[in-house]
Amino acid sequence: MATGSMTAWQLLALQPPGWGGALLTGAATTVAISLSAYWIGLGIGLLGALGKLSGSRVVGLLLNLYTSVIRAVPELILIVGLYYAGTDGLNRLLMALGLPPVEVNGFVAAVAVLGFVQGAYMTEVLRGAILSIPVGQIEAARSFGMSPMLLFRRVTLPAMLPNALPGMANLWMSVTKDSALVAVVGYQELALTTRLAGANTKQYFLFFLAAAVLYLAITLLSNLVFNWLERRVRRGQKPMASGGGA
Amino acid sequence: MTTAASIALDVEDIHKRFADLEVLKGISLTARRGDVISIIGSSGSGKSTFLRCINLLETPDRGRIVVGGEELRLRPGRKGSLEAADRRQLERLRTGLGMVFQSFNLWAHRTILENVIEAPVHVQKMPRSAAIEKGEALLAKVGLYDKRDAYPAFLSGGQQQRAAIARALCVDPAVMLFDEPTSALDPELVGEVLKVIRDLAEEGRTMLLVTHEMGFARDVSSHVMFLDRGAVGEEGPPAQVFGDPQTARCRDFTRSFSGRQS
Repeated sequence: MATGSMTAWQLLALQPPGWGGALLTGAATTVAISLSAYWIGLGIGLLGALGKLSGSRVVGLLLNLYTSVIRAVPELILIVGLYYAGTDGLNRLLMALGLPPVEVNGFVAAVAVLGFVQGAYMTEVLRGAILSIPVGQIEAARSFGMSPMLLFRRVTLPAMLPNALPGMANLWMSVTKDSALVAVVGYQELALTTRLAGANTKQYFLFFLAAAVLYLAITLLSNLVFNWLERRVRRGQKPMASGGGA
Repeated sequence: MTTAASIALDVEDIHKRFADLEVLKGISLTARRGDVISIIGSSGSGKSTFLRCINLLETPDRGRIVVGGEELRLRPGRKGSLEAADRRQLERLRTGLGMVFQSFNLWAHRTILENVIEAPVHVQKMPRSAAIEKGEALLAKVGLYDKRDAYPAFLSGGQQQRAAIARALCVDPAVMLFDEPTSALDPELVGEVLKVIRDLAEEGRTMLLVTHEMGFARDVSSHVMFLDRGAVGEEGPPAQVFGDPQTARCRDFTRSFSGRQS
């Protein structure tokens, strides 16, 4: 390829031999992985937080083990480890059942692993947010005869959101970056695409700069969304309520 | 006179202990329809705990609770105190016991009107439009119609408490439980809340009122119960408990208040 003589704009063109289209696809993949992992993390986190607050000793112990181990081990190790161990374990299980081995879909594996990691952090964010709900809000709901499910949906969930959102926004920002780690297990999202583009054209600086701009764009857009959400869930609070009053 | 049908609430022999401290030593109370029963006593006498035992926000160790002729089924719980044997029955009976709290406890994430219609719509399954109509009428009654779309944090304490009373009224409770409704208010805001409660008393609402407002209790109550260290120190019509107390403890207590009540 005559990439040596191409200008920066030609290199970033959407159509090959430009790499712009591939980078955008990579960015879209990054967002898709992050979004999916984030939702899984939210689900695990909600169950984890409720489990920890349930007062059951066994459940609490298991969840403490989960959150401690996941938060103690570097994510790169977790991702590589869970990816290979997960694939290996799944295939051993299939073999034991007399079934042929499967190739684990990279996307599914990435999402599962990142979601599992997110869940541990989310558990702690949501647990803290639930604990910070004034007890009177819960008592009022109980005094009106709300069932536990109704109380959770109508009071606990919306009342904890103002406290949970800053931590949730942090976790979203970090999962968009952590998704780059799945490049090491060979899944082509934005980071891996960038490396391929750089290696093919020897224009590393250009492509990593382009990738940085794309990550920045994702972050800025996310900021807008979270700021809007936070304004929305804080409607009932007085502005400049120092430390979030009633 | 005291036929079964006229009894709104019957509470018998409530005991409650927190660790080594026996807070309630067997309290009984019967409220007929239209009764306004004030529960007075110094801090720590157990009056709020007693009120909270009635709808099981606090779990009594022993006792019997009958709401509108229906006995709340209780069984021994894990922590030694009693718990509801049937969660759905508890929820149903609780809805009939509208509670007003010392610190209002309006849901901060909902507007005033949303607070008022929350239980009617989601617990009692009333159609939303009917609940809004009812809620707005109640807010008008407590003088807060123009605040219906505001969030609680933007209201004064007195306004929040009046909204909380409208919220309790909106479920059509058979008995209203007031837990020191004016104790968290600035002095100049107490009057507006007492006026609303007085109107309810004059309408013939059945109410239990834990309060430190002695003058008010004397005015509106049909019956006054003086709690002293977890037991009934004295009870009777307000004229007797305030005007001619039979026990020295009650005499000292009511006298200590008479100086600063208008």
